[in-house]
Amino acid sequence: MEFLQYEFIRNALMVGFLVSIACGVVGTYVVIKRIAFISGSISHTAYGGIGLGYYLGINPMVGATFFTLFSALAMGEVSHRMKDREDTVIGIMWAIGMALGVIFVKLSPGYTADLMSYLFGSILTVPHNELILVLILDIIILLTVGLFHDQFTMVAFDEEFAQVIGISTRFYNGLLLCLIALTVVVMIRAVGIILVIALLTIPPSIAGQYTRSMGSMMGLSILLGAVFTTGGLYLSYLFDLPSGATIILLAGTGFLLSLLLKNITGKIAQEKRWDM
Amino acid sequence: MTAEEVIRIKNLYVSLAGTPVLEDINLTVYQGDFLGIIGPNGGGKSTLLRSILGLVKPDKGEISIAGGSVEKNHTLIGYVPQYAVFDRSFPIKVRDVVLMGRLAKRRGRFYSRQDYEQMERCLELVEMQELRNRPIGDLSGGERQRVLVARALVADPIILLLDEPTASVDSHFQATFYELLERLSKTMTIVLVSHDITAISTYVSTIACLNRTLHYQHNKELTVEMIEHGYNCPVELIAHGIPHRVLHAHDGVVG
Repeated sequence: MEFLQYEFIRNALMVGFLVSIACGVVGTYVVIKRIAFISGSISHTAYGGIGLGYYLGINPMVGATFFTLFSALAMGEVSHRMKDREDTVIGIMWAIGMALGVIFVKLSPGYTADLMSYLFGSILTVPHNELILVLILDIIILLTVGLFHDQFTMVAFDEEFAQVIGISTRFYNGLLLCLIALTVVVMIRAVGIILVIALLTIPPSIAGQYTRSMGSMMGLSILLGAVFTTGGLYLSYLFDLPSGATIILLAGTGFLLSLLLKNITGKIAQEKRWDM
Repeated sequence: MTAEEVIRIKNLYVSLAGTPVLEDINLTVYQGDFLGIIGPNGGGKSTLLRSILGLVKPDKGEISIAGGSVEKNHTLIGYVPQYAVFDRSFPIKVRDVVLMGRLAKRRGRFYSRQDYEQMERCLELVEMQELRNRPIGDLSGGERQRVLVARALVADPIILLLDEPTASVDSHFQATFYELLERLSKTMTIVLVSHDITAISTYVSTIACLNRTLHYQHNKELTVEMIEHGYNCPVELIAHGIPHRVLHAHDGVVG
Protein backbone atom coordinates (compact mmCIF):
# COMPACT_ATOMS: atom_id res chain seq x y z
CA MET A 1 0.00 0.00 0.00
CA GLU A 2 1.49 3.30 -1.07
CA PHE A 3 -0.48 4.83 1.79
CA LEU A 4 1.92 3.29 4.30
CA GLN A 5 5.18 4.46 2.76
CA TYR A 6 5.06 7.92 4.33
CA GLU A 7 6.49 8.28 7.79
CA PHE A 8 3.84 10.79 8.87
CA ILE A 9 1.16 8.26 7.98
CA ARG A 10 2.83 5.53 10.01
CA ASN A 11 3.14 8.03 12.85
CA ALA A 12 -0.51 8.89 12.54
CA LEU A 13 -1.52 5.23 12.62
CA MET A 14 0.54 4.81 15.76
CA VAL A 15 -1.22 7.76 17.41
CA GLY A 16 -4.55 6.34 16.28
CA PHE A 17 -3.76 3.04 17.91
CA LEU A 18 -2.63 4.62 21.18
CA VAL A 19 -5.74 6.77 21.20
CA SER A 20 -7.93 3.70 20.65
CA ILE A 21 -6.49 2.03 23.73
CA ALA A 22 -7.20 5.00 26.00
CA CYS A 23 -10.64 5.54 24.47
CA GLY A 24 -11.68 1.93 24.64
CA VAL A 25 -10.75 1.52 28.28
CA VAL A 26 -11.84 4.85 29.71
CA GLY A 27 -14.76 5.26 27.30
CA THR A 28 -16.23 2.02 28.64
CA TYR A 29 -16.52 3.59 32.10
CA VAL A 30 -17.92 6.78 30.59
CA VAL A 31 -20.66 4.83 28.83
CA ILE A 32 -21.65 2.48 31.65
CA LYS A 33 -21.50 5.25 34.24
CA ARG A 34 -23.40 7.61 31.92
CA ILE A 35 -21.06 10.53 32.36
CA ALA A 36 -20.75 11.57 28.72
CA PHE A 37 -21.83 15.11 29.59
CA ILE A 38 -19.20 15.67 32.24
CA SER A 39 -16.62 14.07 29.93
CA GLY A 40 -17.57 16.40 27.09
CA SER A 41 -17.27 19.26 29.50
CA ILE A 42 -13.80 18.20 30.62
CA SER A 43 -12.67 17.95 27.01
CA HIS A 44 -13.84 21.46 26.18
CA THR A 45 -12.06 22.99 29.15
CA ALA A 46 -8.87 21.61 27.60
CA TYR A 47 -9.05 24.64 25.33
CA GLY A 48 -8.32 26.82 28.36
CA GLY A 49 -5.15 24.79 28.91
CA ILE A 50 -4.08 25.11 25.30
CA GLY A 51 -4.58 28.87 25.49
CA LEU A 52 -2.62 28.97 28.72
CA GLY A 53 0.17 26.99 27.08
CA TYR A 54 0.41 29.55 24.27
CA TYR A 55 0.29 32.42 26.71
CA LEU A 56 3.08 31.00 28.89
CA GLY A 57 5.09 29.94 25.89
CA ILE A 58 5.10 26.25 26.84
CA ASN A 59 3.86 23.30 24.80
CA PRO A 60 0.06 23.70 24.59
CA MET A 61 -0.36 19.96 25.16
CA VAL A 62 1.38 20.24 28.51
CA GLY A 63 -0.85 23.19 29.38
CA ALA A 64 -3.87 21.11 28.36
CA THR A 65 -2.77 18.18 30.52
CA PHE A 66 -2.62 20.21 33.72
CA PHE A 67 -5.64 22.35 32.94
CA THR A 68 -7.92 19.40 32.16
CA LEU A 69 -6.74 17.54 35.26
CA PHE A 70 -7.59 20.59 37.32
CA SER A 71 -11.04 20.95 35.67
CA ALA A 72 -11.72 17.26 36.20
CA LEU A 73 -11.01 17.54 39.91
CA ALA A 74 -13.11 20.69 40.18
CA MET A 75 -16.01 18.99 38.40
CA GLY A 76 -15.67 15.97 40.64
CA GLU A 77 -16.06 18.22 43.67
CA VAL A 78 -19.05 19.94 42.10
CA SER A 79 -20.82 16.70 41.36
CA HIS A 80 -20.03 15.50 44.88
CA ARG A 81 -21.34 18.59 46.65
CA MET A 82 -24.11 19.95 44.45
CA LYS A 83 -26.10 16.91 43.44
CA ASP A 84 -29.15 19.06 42.65
CA ARG A 85 -27.52 21.48 40.24
CA GLU A 86 -24.70 19.29 39.01
CA ASP A 87 -25.43 19.47 35.30
CA THR A 88 -25.94 23.24 35.27
CA VAL A 89 -22.69 23.93 37.07
CA ILE A 90 -20.77 21.50 34.88
CA GLY A 91 -22.20 23.24 31.80
CA ILE A 92 -21.07 26.60 33.15
CA MET A 93 -17.55 25.31 33.81
CA TRP A 94 -17.42 23.99 30.27
CA ALA A 95 -18.08 27.46 28.89
CA ILE A 96 -15.72 29.20 31.31
CA GLY A 97 -12.88 26.85 30.36
CA MET A 98 -13.31 27.64 26.68
CA ALA A 99 -13.70 31.38 27.30
CA LEU A 100 -10.44 31.40 29.24
CA GLY A 101 -8.77 29.71 26.30
CA VAL A 102 -10.02 32.36 23.89
CA ILE A 103 -8.73 35.17 26.12
CA PHE A 104 -5.34 33.51 26.67
CA VAL A 105 -4.88 32.99 22.95
CA LYS A 106 -5.78 36.61 22.25
CA LEU A 107 -3.23 37.79 24.83
CA SER A 108 -0.51 35.50 23.51
CA PRO A 109 2.27 37.01 21.49
CA GLY A 110 3.11 35.65 18.10
CA TYR A 111 1.59 33.23 15.67
CA THR A 112 -1.23 30.91 16.81
CA ALA A 113 -2.43 29.60 13.48
CA ASP A 114 -2.48 25.90 14.39
CA LEU A 115 -5.30 26.43 16.91
CA MET A 116 -7.68 24.74 14.52
CA SER A 117 -5.64 21.57 14.79
CA TYR A 118 -6.38 21.43 18.52
CA LEU A 119 -10.08 22.05 17.98
CA PHE A 120 -10.59 19.57 15.17
CA GLY A 121 -7.48 17.41 15.31
CA SER A 122 -4.61 16.88 12.93
CA ILE A 123 -3.39 13.38 13.40
CA LEU A 124 -1.04 13.73 10.41
CA THR A 125 1.14 16.37 12.02
CA VAL A 126 1.79 14.89 15.46
CA PRO A 127 5.41 15.62 16.34
CA HIS A 128 7.58 12.89 17.78
CA ASN A 129 7.69 14.29 21.32
CA GLU A 130 3.90 14.35 21.47
CA LEU A 131 3.80 10.74 20.37
CA ILE A 132 5.92 10.02 23.43
CA LEU A 133 3.55 12.07 25.62
CA VAL A 134 0.59 10.09 24.32
CA LEU A 135 2.43 6.84 25.00
CA ILE A 136 3.22 7.85 28.59
CA LEU A 137 -0.36 8.93 29.26
CA ASP A 138 -1.60 5.62 27.84
CA ILE A 139 0.65 3.74 30.24
CA ILE A 140 -0.55 5.81 33.21
CA ILE A 141 -4.17 5.17 32.24
CA LEU A 142 -3.68 1.43 31.87
CA LEU A 143 -1.80 1.12 35.15
CA THR A 144 -4.45 3.04 37.08
CA VAL A 145 -7.25 1.00 35.58
CA GLY A 146 -5.31 -2.17 36.31
CA LEU A 147 -5.09 -1.19 39.95
CA PHE A 148 -8.60 0.10 40.55
CA HIS A 149 -10.83 -1.57 37.98
CA ASP A 150 -13.00 -3.29 40.60
CA GLN A 151 -13.50 -0.08 42.56
CA PHE A 152 -14.39 1.90 39.43
CA THR A 153 -16.87 -0.77 38.39
CA MET A 154 -18.50 -0.89 41.79
CA VAL A 155 -18.87 2.89 42.04
CA ALA A 156 -20.35 2.90 38.55
CA PHE A 157 -22.74 0.06 39.30
CA ASP A 158 -24.10 1.14 42.69
CA GLU A 159 -22.57 4.22 44.23
CA GLU A 160 -24.72 4.15 47.34
CA PHE A 161 -23.84 0.58 48.20
CA ALA A 162 -20.16 1.34 47.64
CA GLN A 163 -20.46 4.13 50.17
CA VAL A 164 -22.26 1.89 52.63
CA ILE A 165 -19.54 -0.73 52.67
CA GLY A 166 -16.88 1.93 53.06
CA ILE A 167 -15.49 2.55 49.57
CA SER A 168 -14.60 6.21 49.08
CA THR A 169 -16.83 7.10 46.16
CA ARG A 170 -15.49 10.64 46.18
CA PHE A 171 -11.93 9.43 45.68
CA TYR A 172 -12.72 6.95 42.92
CA ASN A 173 -15.07 9.31 41.11
CA GLY A 174 -12.35 11.97 41.19
CA LEU A 175 -9.71 9.53 40.01
CA LEU A 176 -11.89 8.34 37.15
CA LEU A 177 -12.46 11.95 36.04
CA CYS A 178 -8.68 12.45 36.07
CA LEU A 179 -8.33 9.43 33.79
CA ILE A 180 -10.93 10.97 31.50
CA ALA A 181 -8.91 14.19 31.51
CA LEU A 182 -5.75 12.32 30.47
CA THR A 183 -7.68 10.44 27.80
CA VAL A 184 -8.96 13.72 26.43
CA VAL A 185 -5.39 14.99 26.15
CA VAL A 186 -4.38 11.80 24.36
CA MET A 187 -7.22 12.31 21.89
CA ILE A 188 -6.87 16.01 21.19
CA ARG A 189 -4.27 15.56 18.43
CA ALA A 190 -6.24 12.80 16.78
CA VAL A 191 -9.73 14.23 16.56
CA GLY A 192 -9.63 17.56 18.36
CA ILE A 193 -11.29 18.93 21.48
CA ILE A 194 -14.71 19.33 19.90
CA LEU A 195 -14.91 15.80 18.52
CA VAL A 196 -13.34 13.96 21.45
CA ILE A 197 -16.61 12.98 23.04
CA ALA A 198 -17.77 11.07 19.97
CA LEU A 199 -14.70 8.87 19.76
CA LEU A 200 -14.80 8.36 23.52
CA THR A 201 -18.37 7.07 23.54
CA ILE A 202 -19.07 5.51 20.14
CA PRO A 203 -16.75 2.45 20.30
CA PRO A 204 -17.90 1.41 23.82
CA SER A 205 -21.56 1.95 23.06
CA ILE A 206 -21.30 -0.29 20.01
CA ALA A 207 -19.21 -2.80 21.96
CA GLY A 208 -21.71 -2.78 24.83
CA GLN A 209 -24.37 -4.20 22.54
CA TYR A 210 -22.38 -7.30 21.77
CA THR A 211 -20.42 -8.01 24.95
CA ARG A 212 -21.41 -9.13 28.42
CA SER A 213 -18.38 -8.29 30.51
CA MET A 214 -16.39 -5.16 31.13
CA GLY A 215 -13.18 -6.75 29.86
CA SER A 216 -14.60 -7.81 26.53
CA MET A 217 -16.38 -4.46 26.19
CA MET A 218 -13.05 -2.69 26.59
CA GLY A 219 -11.30 -5.07 24.19
CA LEU A 220 -13.90 -4.68 21.47
CA SER A 221 -13.92 -0.90 22.00
CA ILE A 222 -10.18 -0.75 21.44
CA LEU A 223 -10.54 -2.79 18.28
CA LEU A 224 -13.37 -0.62 16.98
CA GLY A 225 -11.43 2.53 17.86
CA ALA A 226 -8.47 1.24 15.87
CA VAL A 227 -10.72 0.42 12.91
CA PHE A 228 -12.31 3.87 12.99
CA THR A 229 -9.05 5.80 13.31
CA THR A 230 -7.24 3.74 10.68
CA GLY A 231 -10.23 3.65 8.34
CA GLY A 232 -10.92 7.34 8.84
CA LEU A 233 -7.31 8.15 8.16
CA TYR A 234 -7.36 6.13 4.94
CA LEU A 235 -10.60 7.70 3.74
CA SER A 236 -9.33 11.19 4.50
CA TYR A 237 -6.18 10.42 2.52
CA LEU A 238 -8.21 8.97 -0.35
CA PHE A 239 -10.68 11.85 -0.66
CA ASP A 240 -8.48 14.61 0.73
CA LEU A 241 -10.76 15.32 3.70
CA PRO A 242 -9.89 16.58 7.22
CA SER A 243 -8.78 13.50 9.19
CA GLY A 244 -10.45 14.19 12.56
CA ALA A 245 -13.89 14.80 11.11
CA THR A 246 -13.56 11.80 8.79
CA ILE A 247 -12.68 9.52 11.72
CA ILE A 248 -15.73 10.76 13.65
CA LEU A 249 -18.08 10.39 10.69
CA LEU A 250 -16.83 6.86 10.10
CA ALA A 251 -17.40 6.07 13.79
CA GLY A 252 -20.85 7.67 13.62
CA THR A 253 -21.72 5.56 10.57
CA GLY A 254 -20.55 2.47 12.44
CA PHE A 255 -22.76 3.43 15.36
CA LEU A 256 -25.84 3.85 13.17
CA LEU A 257 -25.19 0.55 11.41
CA SER A 258 -24.86 -1.28 14.70
CA LEU A 259 -28.12 0.25 15.94
CA LEU A 260 -29.81 -0.86 12.76
CA LEU A 261 -28.35 -4.34 13.02
CA LYS A 262 -29.38 -4.60 16.67
CA ASN A 263 -32.88 -3.53 15.74
CA ILE A 264 -33.19 -6.14 13.00
CA THR A 265 -31.73 -8.99 15.03
CA GLY A 266 -33.88 -7.91 17.98
CA LYS A 267 -37.01 -8.11 15.83
CA ILE A 268 -36.04 -11.53 14.51
CA ALA A 269 -35.44 -12.80 18.03
CA GLN A 270 -38.80 -11.40 19.07
CA GLU A 271 -40.59 -13.10 16.19
CA LYS A 272 -38.96 -16.36 17.12
CA ARG A 273 -40.29 -15.95 20.65
CA TRP A 274 -43.77 -15.28 19.31
CA ASP A 275 -43.64 -18.44 17.21
CA MET A 276 -42.92 -20.63 20.21
CA MET B 1 -28.76 -6.22 78.22
CA THR B 2 -26.26 -4.00 76.39
CA ALA B 3 -24.53 -6.95 74.81
CA GLU B 4 -27.63 -7.86 72.91
CA GLU B 5 -28.50 -4.43 71.61
CA VAL B 6 -27.50 -4.30 67.98
CA ILE B 7 -29.10 -0.99 67.05
CA ARG B 8 -29.96 1.72 69.52
CA ILE B 9 -31.51 4.99 68.42
CA LYS B 10 -32.08 7.78 70.92
CA ASN B 11 -34.05 10.98 70.30
CA LEU B 12 -33.23 11.04 66.63
CA TYR B 13 -34.25 14.04 64.55
CA VAL B 14 -33.55 14.16 60.83
CA SER B 15 -34.57 16.74 58.26
CA LEU B 16 -34.01 16.74 54.54
CA ALA B 17 -33.56 20.10 52.83
CA GLY B 18 -35.02 21.83 55.86
CA THR B 19 -38.14 19.67 56.11
CA PRO B 20 -38.38 17.52 59.22
CA VAL B 21 -38.65 13.90 58.17
CA LEU B 22 -38.02 12.07 61.43
CA GLU B 23 -38.88 13.39 64.88
CA ASP B 24 -37.84 12.03 68.23
CA ILE B 25 -37.25 8.47 67.09
CA ASN B 26 -36.39 5.99 69.83
CA LEU B 27 -35.75 2.42 68.83
CA THR B 28 -33.79 -0.48 70.21
CA VAL B 29 -33.26 -3.56 68.10
CA TYR B 30 -32.03 -6.66 69.89
CA GLN B 31 -29.97 -9.46 68.51
CA GLY B 32 -32.17 -11.92 66.66
CA ASP B 33 -35.04 -9.50 66.13
CA PHE B 34 -36.92 -9.65 62.85
CA LEU B 35 -38.39 -6.18 62.77
CA GLY B 36 -40.72 -4.86 60.11
CA ILE B 37 -41.11 -1.11 59.92
CA ILE B 38 -44.28 -0.11 58.14
CA GLY B 39 -45.61 3.27 57.24
CA PRO B 40 -46.84 5.27 54.28
CA ASN B 41 -44.60 6.38 51.43
CA GLY B 42 -42.87 9.57 52.48
CA GLY B 43 -43.21 8.61 56.14
CA GLY B 44 -39.43 8.58 56.57
CA LYS B 45 -38.74 4.85 56.33
CA SER B 46 -35.89 5.09 53.86
CA THR B 47 -34.46 8.09 55.71
CA LEU B 48 -34.39 6.08 58.92
CA LEU B 49 -32.47 3.30 57.18
CA ARG B 50 -30.14 5.79 55.55
CA SER B 51 -29.43 7.37 58.94
CA ILE B 52 -28.57 3.98 60.40
CA LEU B 53 -26.20 3.41 57.47
CA GLY B 54 -24.53 6.77 57.93
CA LEU B 55 -25.67 8.07 54.55
CA VAL B 56 -27.74 10.85 56.15
CA LYS B 57 -26.50 13.11 58.93
CA PRO B 58 -29.02 13.50 61.76
CA ASP B 59 -29.82 16.95 63.15
CA LYS B 60 -29.96 15.65 66.67
CA GLY B 61 -29.88 12.39 68.52
CA GLU B 62 -27.74 9.31 68.68
CA ILE B 63 -27.48 6.09 66.76
CA SER B 64 -25.24 3.30 67.93
CA ILE B 65 -24.59 0.01 66.22
CA ALA B 66 -23.40 -2.89 68.34
CA GLY B 67 -22.37 -0.39 71.00
CA GLY B 68 -20.24 1.72 68.64
CA SER B 69 -20.78 4.75 66.46
CA VAL B 70 -22.29 4.55 62.99
CA GLU B 71 -18.98 5.65 61.41
CA LYS B 72 -17.17 2.85 63.15
CA ASN B 73 -19.67 0.03 62.93
CA HIS B 74 -21.84 0.63 59.86
CA THR B 75 -19.92 -2.11 58.09
CA LEU B 76 -21.57 -4.62 60.44
CA ILE B 77 -24.74 -3.96 58.48
CA GLY B 78 -25.60 -5.73 55.28
CA TYR B 79 -27.69 -3.38 53.19
CA VAL B 80 -30.20 -4.39 50.53
CA PRO B 81 -31.29 -1.23 48.71
CA GLN B 82 -34.71 -0.54 47.39
CA TYR B 83 -35.20 -2.30 44.08
CA ALA B 84 -32.96 -0.10 42.04
CA VAL B 85 -33.50 0.11 38.34
CA PHE B 86 -29.97 -0.85 37.44
CA ASP B 87 -28.88 -0.24 33.96
CA ARG B 88 -29.98 -3.50 32.36
CA SER B 89 -27.13 -3.36 29.92
CA PHE B 90 -24.49 -3.03 32.64
CA PRO B 91 -21.97 -5.68 31.65
CA ILE B 92 -21.56 -7.55 34.92
CA LYS B 93 -22.22 -11.10 36.02
CA VAL B 94 -24.17 -12.17 39.08
CA ARG B 95 -21.07 -13.53 40.79
CA ASP B 96 -19.19 -10.28 40.30
CA VAL B 97 -22.07 -8.31 41.79
CA VAL B 98 -21.94 -10.52 44.88
CA LEU B 99 -18.15 -10.26 45.12
CA MET B 100 -18.48 -6.48 45.24
CA GLY B 101 -19.83 -6.88 48.74
CA ARG B 102 -16.34 -7.92 49.84
CA LEU B 103 -14.43 -5.21 48.01
CA ALA B 104 -13.97 -3.00 51.06
CA LYS B 105 -12.57 -5.93 53.06
CA ARG B 106 -10.31 -7.12 50.29
CA ARG B 107 -6.57 -6.86 50.74
CA GLY B 108 -4.61 -6.17 47.61
CA ARG B 109 -5.70 -6.13 44.05
CA PHE B 110 -7.47 -9.45 43.76
CA TYR B 111 -10.18 -11.35 45.58
CA SER B 112 -8.85 -14.20 47.69
CA ARG B 113 -9.99 -17.80 47.64
CA GLN B 114 -11.90 -17.07 50.80
CA ASP B 115 -13.75 -14.24 49.04
CA TYR B 116 -14.77 -16.63 46.28
CA GLU B 117 -15.86 -19.32 48.72
CA GLN B 118 -17.92 -16.80 50.63
CA MET B 119 -19.51 -15.65 47.36
CA GLU B 120 -20.44 -19.23 46.46
CA ARG B 121 -21.82 -19.86 49.93
CA CYS B 122 -24.02 -16.77 49.86
CA LEU B 123 -25.31 -17.50 46.37
CA GLU B 124 -26.24 -20.94 47.61
CA LEU B 125 -27.96 -19.45 50.64
CA VAL B 126 -30.25 -17.38 48.43
CA GLU B 127 -30.56 -20.26 45.93
CA MET B 128 -29.04 -18.35 43.05
CA GLN B 129 -25.88 -20.41 42.53
CA GLU B 130 -27.05 -21.70 39.17
CA LEU B 131 -27.35 -18.19 37.80
CA ARG B 132 -23.89 -17.12 38.95
CA ASN B 133 -22.52 -16.59 35.45
CA ARG B 134 -25.55 -14.79 34.05
CA PRO B 135 -25.42 -11.05 33.37
CA ILE B 136 -27.36 -9.24 36.08
CA GLY B 137 -29.57 -7.59 33.46
CA ASP B 138 -30.99 -10.98 32.40
CA LEU B 139 -32.50 -11.67 35.82
CA SER B 140 -36.08 -11.09 36.87
CA GLY B 141 -36.86 -8.62 39.62
CA GLY B 142 -37.18 -11.36 42.21
CA GLU B 143 -33.95 -13.06 41.21
CA ARG B 144 -32.11 -9.78 41.27
CA GLN B 145 -33.39 -9.05 44.75
CA ARG B 146 -31.95 -12.35 45.94
CA VAL B 147 -28.61 -11.50 44.39
CA LEU B 148 -28.63 -8.20 46.26
CA VAL B 149 -29.29 -10.10 49.49
CA ALA B 150 -26.30 -12.32 48.71
CA ARG B 151 -24.19 -9.22 48.06
CA ALA B 152 -25.20 -7.88 51.47
CA LEU B 153 -24.50 -11.21 53.22
CA VAL B 154 -21.11 -11.79 51.68
CA ALA B 155 -19.35 -9.41 54.07
CA ASP B 156 -20.56 -11.33 57.16
CA PRO B 157 -22.86 -8.69 58.58
CA ILE B 158 -24.64 -9.15 61.93
CA ILE B 159 -27.63 -7.11 60.81
CA LEU B 160 -29.48 -7.21 57.51
CA LEU B 161 -31.25 -4.01 56.53
CA LEU B 162 -33.73 -4.13 53.67
CA ASP B 163 -35.51 -1.21 52.05
CA GLU B 164 -38.82 -2.18 50.41
CA PRO B 165 -37.36 -5.50 49.29
CA THR B 166 -40.44 -6.68 47.42
CA ALA B 167 -41.67 -3.40 45.99
CA SER B 168 -41.28 -4.51 42.39
CA VAL B 169 -41.40 -8.25 42.73
CA ASP B 170 -44.39 -10.30 41.64
CA SER B 171 -46.47 -11.95 44.33
CA HIS B 172 -45.15 -15.44 43.68
CA PHE B 173 -41.62 -14.24 44.34
CA GLN B 174 -42.75 -12.23 47.34
CA ALA B 175 -43.78 -15.30 49.30
CA THR B 176 -40.58 -17.23 48.58
CA PHE B 177 -38.54 -14.12 49.28
CA TYR B 178 -40.07 -13.68 52.71
CA GLU B 179 -39.49 -17.36 53.39
CA LEU B 180 -35.82 -16.78 52.61
CA LEU B 181 -35.73 -13.88 55.08
CA GLU B 182 -37.46 -16.00 57.69
CA ARG B 183 -34.73 -18.61 57.31
CA LEU B 184 -32.00 -15.99 57.55
CA SER B 185 -33.61 -14.47 60.63
CA LYS B 186 -32.74 -17.58 62.60
CA THR B 187 -29.08 -16.63 62.48
CA MET B 188 -29.10 -12.84 62.25
CA THR B 189 -30.94 -9.66 63.06
CA ILE B 190 -33.15 -8.36 60.26
CA VAL B 191 -34.77 -4.98 59.91
CA LEU B 192 -36.94 -4.38 56.91
CA VAL B 193 -38.96 -1.46 55.78
CA SER B 194 -42.10 -1.69 53.70
CA HIS B 195 -45.46 -0.11 53.09
CA ASP B 196 -46.94 -3.54 52.55
CA ILE B 197 -48.52 -4.52 55.87
CA THR B 198 -50.08 -7.81 54.80
CA ALA B 199 -46.89 -9.25 53.41
CA ILE B 200 -44.78 -8.13 56.34
CA SER B 201 -47.05 -9.11 59.16
CA THR B 202 -47.06 -12.78 58.17
CA TYR B 203 -43.31 -13.16 58.56
CA VAL B 204 -41.75 -10.62 60.90
CA SER B 205 -41.60 -11.09 64.66
CA THR B 206 -42.11 -7.45 65.66
CA ILE B 207 -43.67 -4.49 63.92
CA ALA B 208 -43.02 -0.79 64.23
CA CYS B 209 -45.03 1.91 62.57
CA LEU B 210 -43.32 5.01 61.19
CA ASN B 211 -44.88 8.21 60.00
CA ARG B 212 -42.39 10.89 61.00
CA THR B 213 -42.63 9.57 64.56
CA LEU B 214 -42.26 5.93 65.51
CA HIS B 215 -44.63 3.63 67.37
CA TYR B 216 -42.96 0.51 68.67
CA GLN B 217 -43.61 -1.78 71.62
CA HIS B 218 -41.29 -4.61 70.67
CA ASN B 219 -44.12 -6.94 69.83
CA LYS B 220 -46.12 -7.92 66.83
CA GLU B 221 -49.40 -6.39 67.84
CA LEU B 222 -50.65 -4.03 65.24
CA THR B 223 -52.99 -1.83 67.21
CA VAL B 224 -55.64 0.41 65.75
CA GLU B 225 -53.74 3.41 67.09
CA MET B 226 -50.58 2.35 65.33
CA ILE B 227 -52.28 2.05 62.01
CA GLU B 228 -54.19 5.27 62.39
CA HIS B 229 -50.95 6.93 63.39
CA GLY B 230 -49.11 5.43 60.49
CA TYR B 231 -51.59 5.82 57.72
CA ASN B 232 -54.03 8.50 58.76
CA CYS B 233 -56.85 6.54 57.21
CA PRO B 234 -59.97 4.79 58.44
CA VAL B 235 -59.19 1.47 59.98
CA GLU B 236 -61.95 -0.46 58.23
CA LEU B 237 -59.91 -0.50 55.08
CA ILE B 238 -57.17 -2.40 56.81
CA ALA B 239 -59.49 -4.62 58.79
CA HIS B 240 -60.62 -6.07 55.47
CA GLY B 241 -57.07 -6.98 54.74
CA ILE B 242 -56.65 -4.53 51.90
CA PRO B 243 -54.50 -1.69 53.11
CA HIS B 244 -54.83 1.08 50.59
CA ARG B 245 -51.20 1.24 49.64
CA VAL B 246 -50.99 -2.43 48.88
CA LEU B 247 -53.40 -2.36 46.00
CA HIS B 248 -51.04 -1.26 43.33
CA ALA B 249 -48.24 -3.73 43.47
CA HIS B 250 -46.04 -2.78 40.54
CA ASP B 251 -46.45 -5.94 38.49
CA GLY B 252 -45.57 -4.22 35.26
CA VAL B 253 -41.95 -3.63 36.12
CA VAL B 254 -40.99 -7.24 36.42
CA GLY B 255 -40.63 -9.34 33.38
